Formats: sequence, C-alpha cells, structure tokens
Amino acid sequence: MTEERPKDEERDGPVPEDGSAAAATREHDMDATTGERERGARIADETSGTTPQGDTSGQPNEGDAHPGTTGTGQDPEAASGGGAPTALKERDEDWEELTKRYRASEASIDFSTQLGAVATQDEAELLTINMGPHHPATHGVLRLLTTLEGEVVRDVKPIIGYLHTGIEKTAEDKAYWKAIPVVERMDYLAYYFNAQAYCGAVEDLLDLDVPKRAQYLRVIHLELNRIMSHLVWLGTTALDIGAMSILWYAFRERETILDLFEYSSGQRMHTRFIQIGGVADDIPAGWADKLLRFVEEMPRRLDQYEAMLSKNEIFLQRMKDTGAVSAEKLQEWGVTGPLLRAAGVPWDLRKATPYSSYDDFDFKIPVGTTGDNYDRYAVRIGEMRESVKIIHQAIEGLPEGPVMTGDRKVALPPRHELATSMEALIHHFKLVTEGMRVPEGESYYPIEGPRGELGCFVRSDGSSKPARVHMRDPSFINLQAYGDMVRGGYIADMIATLACIDPLLGGIDR
Amino acid sequence: MEVIRNGKAGVAGTGGAGTQLTQADKESFRARQLRARDLLRGELEGDDLEQQVRDSIVTTTLDKASSWAQGNSIFPLTFGLACCSIEMISLVGSRMDISRFGSEALRGTPRQADLIILAGRVSMKMAPVVRRIYDQMLEPKYAIAMGACASSMGVFNNYAVVPADKFMPVDVHIPGCPPRPESVVYGILKLRKMIQDDPTMAWRDRYRAHGTEETRGQGGFMSLDELETRAAQVAEREAQEAQARA
Repeated sequence: MTEERPKDEERDGPVPEDGSAAAATREHDMDATTGERERGARIADETSGTTPQGDTSGQPNEGDAHPGTTGTGQDPEAASGGGAPTALKERDEDWEELTKRYRASEASIDFSTQLGAVATQDEAELLTINMGPHHPATHGVLRLLTTLEGEVVRDVKPIIGYLHTGIEKTAEDKAYWKAIPVVERMDYLAYYFNAQAYCGAVEDLLDLDVPKRAQYLRVIHLELNRIMSHLVWLGTTALDIGAMSILWYAFRERETILDLFEYSSGQRMHTRFIQIGGVADDIPAGWADKLLRFVEEMPRRLDQYEAMLSKNEIFLQRMKDTGAVSAEKLQEWGVTGPLLRAAGVPWDLRKATPYSSYDDFDFKIPVGTTGDNYDRYAVRIGEMRESVKIIHQAIEGLPEGPVMTGDRKVALPPRHELATSMEALIHHFKLVTEGMRVPEGESYYPIEGPRGELGCFVRSDGSSKPARVHMRDPSFINLQAYGDMVRGGYIADMIATLACIDPLLGGIDR
Repeated sequence: MEVIRNGKAGVAGTGGAGTQLTQADKESFRARQLRARDLLRGELEGDDLEQQVRDSIVTTTLDKASSWAQGNSIFPLTFGLACCSIEMISLVGSRMDISRFGSEALRGTPRQADLIILAGRVSMKMAPVVRRIYDQMLEPKYAIAMGACASSMGVFNNYAVVPADKFMPVDVHIPGCPPRPESVVYGILKLRKMIQDDPTMAWRDRYRAHGTEETRGQGGFMSLDELETRAAQVAEREAQEAQARA
C-alpha cells in the first residue's frame, strides 16, 4: 500500500546505479541527520539569502536541471566526491521550507492520479510513502503519510479516525451507570482507568464519598491494569524492533493478570468492575492470596525481561539516542505520562493531585534523563516495579468495610432487602429503569493512566443521562509530538519511536 | 477425512481405547516392521512386496488431501482493529499456542494470508480499507468476524460502526466482547472443519455466490463471458432445484 512519487527521468541520469550510489546516499543521510540536530542553531541565519531559486515561486521548475548553487542535482555524486558538506549544509537550512512546499504541492495531488506528476527540481529526492492503516507496526489502524529523503524521515503526517466509534456520542444516550461499559472501550488497554476517570467525574458531580475499601480495591486493579498495559506495550514494541520471544514472556504475565481480573469480576477485558460509588463487588475468597503470589513473582519476571533486553546490543542500539525530544517541547505539545517522565519531568498525577487514596502509599516516580526511546523503556519498566509496590501495600493494608456507597439514590440496594423492604424495591426499580439523576454542572477528573493524563469531562443537565462525556485521552495528545520526535531520523527509528509512544488507536479515535 | 484402506488395516493400535495388545499382535507388528525395513533395503519381492504395499498405502482423492492440508495450515493476516486484536495476539502466546493447529504464521501482507480475522470494531472510514485488504487476498480465502462489533456492531449501536456482513462475506462469527482466546481457537477449528469437510461450504454457499470463484480457465483466468456463462448455469441449476422442491 505504498505510493511512490516517480523520479524525474533527468535525475536518474547522473546517479550511479551500483553500490557507490548506496554508499553515497548513506553518507548523505548521516550528514543530513547531524544537520537536523543542529537545526535550532541554523534557523537563525536562514534569512541570509542563500536560499535556492525554488523559493521564489513554489512552482515546479521542471526545465531547470542544474540548480548550481544549491547542488541538489549532484548530491549523491558530490557526497562521494567529498564536496558534500557545504552543499548539504545549504540544503539543510532549507529543509523546513522545502518540506512545507512539498506538502502543499502534495496536498493538491490526488493520489490515484499522481503517477504522472513530475517532481520539481528540489523535491526530486523526496518520496512520500503511505504507511497504514493496515500495517503491523502501526499498533492499530493508524495511517502515516511519511515523506522520506533516502532513509531519512523529513516529515510525517499521522492520519487518524479509522477506529472512530462514536463512543462519546453513545455515552450521551445512556443512563450514567450504563455508560460505563462503552466508556471502558475507548482506550482498550486501560479499561479500569477509563472507568475510574468517568466514575470519578460523576462522583464529583454527585459529591459522593467512596468507601475506603473500594478506593483500595480500585487502586489494586488500576495498578494491575497499568502493569498489564505496559506488558502489552513491552511485548509489541520488542516485536517491532525484532526481539520476538519477549512477547511470549510478557503475554504469559498478562494472562496471570487477566486471570485475576476474571476472578474478581468475571471478564478478562472490559470488566466494568469500577462503578459509580465504589466497585461492583468485593473480591472473592482466595483472590488476595493469588494476588500476593503474583506480586511476589512479578519483580523476578521483570528482572528476566531486563536480562533479556537491557544488555541486548541490538536492542540498545535501536533504542538509545533515538526519538528524543526536549522536555520543553513535550510540554508545549501537552505530552504527559511515561514520555514526559522519560525526558526528566517528574509529573505524575498520582503524586501531584492524589485521587482514590494514592497518598496512602509509598512509591517513587521513575524519571529518565535524555528522553530517548531507551529512557521510555526504562521508565515503563520502573513504573511496573513501583506498581507492584503499590499493590503490595494496598492488599496488605486493605481496610474492612463496604465496597459501595450507602447512598440509595446511587447504589443498588442489597439483594436480600428487595424481599422485605418496599423502599428498597422502589429504589431498585428507579435505578434500573431510569438511572440516577445527577445535579447540573460540569466536572473534569484527571487520573494518571498508563499513557499519561487521562481525564474525563462530564457535563450534566440534571437528567439521568450525561449531556456530554469527553475524554482527554493521552494517546491523542502524545501523538502530536510524533513529528518532532522522528523528523531527521531514520525510518527504522520512526517505527521504534512510534512503538515507544504507545499510542492506542481506540483512545485516539474513540 | 475419509480414508480408504486396502486390505486389513494395521493390527496394532487400531483396537480402540482400552484394548490390550496380545502376544500375536505384537508379533505381527514386529513382522511388519521387518518387512518395512526389507522394503526400504529393496530386498522385498513378489507376494511379500505386494502385501506390504497393500497394507501401507492410503488412497484418497487429491481434493480431500489438499483440503486436509489447507485446513491444517491456515495463515491468518496480522490485522488488528481494536480490543479484540489484543486477544488475538494472545492466541500466539504460550497459553493458547495456536501453532498446535498450524495457524501461528501470521502474515503481514494479505497476499500471503488465507484468513482475515476482523478483530474489533469496523468503522465507516475503515470499512473500504478492510474490503480492499480482503480483495487483495488470494483464493481460497476465509474471514472470521471476531467479537460482537464486527459481527453485529456490539454495544455501539450508532452512526460510526458497521458490521462486517454489510460489506464482505464472513465464514465464522465469534461472539464475545471481546471473545476469549479459547473462543477464537474454537472459531478457527470450526473453520478448519468447514474447509476439510467441503471447501465449497464456505461463504459462497451461504451468500449464494457460486460462479464467482477465481479459477483458471483455458490459458489463464476465466474471461468475463465464461464467468457469466457459468453463473447463468448455476442460476439455472438452482432454479431447477427449486422447482423440483416445489
């Protein structure tokens, strides 16, 4: 499913077709990459007037085969002949402008008829390929319009919407407690988090207190979910980079966690365990023992993963110094979660604005230094270790008491009361048929999801159905920084970086 | 698969569960082993050779043999849409281990895949893409709609989702939201049985689409005329059958 822009025939002439061409291109690419890194310093003197002639019009200059000053035509030859640096530097300064113009011309092209289009002089070396929406490395149905120069990524345009399911709209059509299942299916690897964000927002509107035991049970399941999500991330990312066996190890532990979910709620995924006012049910007998066994086992498993990956030379070379963006830039884009923490910013909503009793637990925030892909990997491994610690503390200190609020306007009455109490029967009937009425207002409830700040905005008009449900999904926000992460790098690193962003298309498109 | 054996079937191991091997069975088994060795050495001649060949050769039809092989090596496409895709990945995990049924080789390109598993919700924007991927697959090709969304829109009964049956033929529907990996294995086994029993019993029967096979005619692919003639023949036959029933 790739579509190539055919080269201008005149361009093919001077390029040698044997190995020297490949070598020249490679040298060229590397030069271009280093040039890209210094771009910040270079942009300042871009106005010096050394811009190529193409700038004047933006129209294709088909006839002008030898631009001379810019040296684009002779690039591969010039690079091998040693005259590359000056010519390339001049071109590097112009990449932003060039890419912009190329994009503009590209936007006007209908891809089905573009085969006859002739590249302009400057753009002859550029090639736009389409990745996705069906591609094994895009982690879902993401489409990436990628402009390449050789192996170097010059621009990338993510196209989303292939998994748009209309969940937010569907939630408006359901009673508050019936919207939980659809909301859970947004970010399908973080279903407990979706439910927690939504229920938290509704509980804020209702001004409802959640029993301590329910809060602890929520924390346990949220952290299990975080480990599960990171495990899937670890397996699929390593798979993209070429380490296949880690997938089986990661999915082995994932199955253990899903067994726990199934044991406590009856479903492997989309459990609807967290609900407004508490959790669906108390944990069954024997669950805590199973959980403790898992918690004691998991650190050793993490050691195994690290033994497999952290000293693997291929893995390290693919991960280190790739896809790095400064913390300031990430914050400008609104990126949160492991990506931001990998760049050294210790921003974690569990610490910053503790919810659901997170302030009861002792845990640390793993942070990275450079924000490259390796740091993203290390931060997520560290987070799994911290999650294990939180679960351990929560299950050890699990308080006794109810798991659901006693407010009969919100929670269903216990089953046995239905046979004896008329009032309980009325409450039950009203809740099941109409649902709870929520006072008018708006609330936004942010929590720390596995991918970053996952916030749910709920607006109530006083009826039993939400007037608006909106999710601030971290995958969507984080994907914005993707272009900055991959521009100027190799296309192979682009794949690794996309995997390390860990975008969930279900969360992006909703 | 129906197996036709010439002569008496092997003695050992065919007695069914719980049967004890007698001394005579064991001796006969040993004798057959020795005969097989002699056959390989080229020392077996005459009636002995005839008998050995009769005992050890299985005859079947090429169609049956090929559909047996086909059913045991279904290559699924690496194609995930939403939640179900995660459960689909866990098929290759150590617990389900789909390689037991010959389907562990997930292919990244539709050209190499036999089976497309629609793992997740298909949106209006994605449906043409899915259809195109399905069209790119080579015959014989099969489709499984995994989960409620791909089968019937599931919990999302809204403007954005479209069930798979609306735009492409589906062989097996797997219920669940998402289905357990066990369910998916069961679905794949159902498909295997479908393929091995009778390949024509797949979607073409269900959607009355006979005559649309991509078969090679004389000197290449069938021409449009040939296809039309064939479709007309099928329609005529069906009409006659319907008449006969009425």
